[in-house]
Amino acid sequence: MSRRARIVVVLPALAGLAALLAWSFTGLPGFGSFRGPYGILLNRVATPERHMTNVVNATTYDYRSFDTMGEEFILFAAVIGIVLLLREDDRDRRAEDRVRSEMVRSGGGLTVGIGVLVGLWVVAFGFVTPGGGFQGGVAVASAVLLLFAAVGYRAWSTLGNETVLDPIEGLGAGGYVAVGLAALASGLPFLTNVLGPGIAGTLWSGGSAAFVNWSAGIEVAAAMLLLYAEFLEAHAVPVMRGAS
Amino acid sequence: MIGTLVPLQSVGFALVALGAPAIVLTRDLLRLVIVNGFYGLVLVVLFVVYGAPDVALSMLVVSTVAYPLVLLVAISRVRSHGRET
Repeated sequence: MSRRARIVVVLPALAGLAALLAWSFTGLPGFGSFRGPYGILLNRVATPERHMTNVVNATTYDYRSFDTMGEEFILFAAVIGIVLLLREDDRDRRAEDRVRSEMVRSGGGLTVGIGVLVGLWVVAFGFVTPGGGFQGGVAVASAVLLLFAAVGYRAWSTLGNETVLDPIEGLGAGGYVAVGLAALASGLPFLTNVLGPGIAGTLWSGGSAAFVNWSAGIEVAAAMLLLYAEFLEAHAVPVMRGAS
Repeated sequence: MIGTLVPLQSVGFALVALGAPAIVLTRDLLRLVIVNGFYGLVLVVLFVVYGAPDVALSMLVVSTVAYPLVLLVAISRVRSHGRET
């Protein structure tokens, strides 16, 4: 198709899109207006009832923890799919892939430690300040990934391999269900917050939802690391083969 | 509170409005990954200014580490395959 014909085709489509967009903008509710009675309700009851100051996590890991379990297993299944797709049999890891700059090695190594600590902190304080299992888990995984960027593939692959990560991911996914079953065992509905609400604004808040939060954190961290490991293997191993 | 927020929101929106065309206009794939990462950071600022720190935290790690990694690996794979043939 010539350039002119393309323009002739695309211009009416663009005009239609612009008209629809403008039309939908005129129907938007006023800035700051909120039509979500469930949110207003939770904002009122979460802190007095469950002693959690971060209402977002009170919703995801307590009031709606069953939904979050579904989400967790979506991630679990997606990672399994990617691991299966990218799995390769012949691997040649003899070649060296090291970072030679001393600055990058020491500075990057320090960043790994700081990043992991920040991630764990985000998970731990999930019921006090913004954060929680998902965000903290991804942060921990990304900090560990810096090992590859700062030190090299070999240093990373001692941690970033399936033998280490598979059991950790299983622990996270299974732990979530185990907390739910603990509630069933004590005669309450699945995933009921059986432990006391604790003291609001401290680490001692959240009750059994805190364990749900940590399970999600462990699961997400391990799942992300497995993803990174599979992608890096697809990337680093062929590159190193070419270099050797 | 509102007095300080409105200028911040305007700056955030302006940065997002500048960032999006910057991505579209970048042709080199490696540069595109970096520009896209910066665009993610700009969105993070916007989310914080609009009072969504939870979303900002997720966006921060996903847009600056996880997604660029996937892109980089894909680019390097395509390039190394291109060299072989």
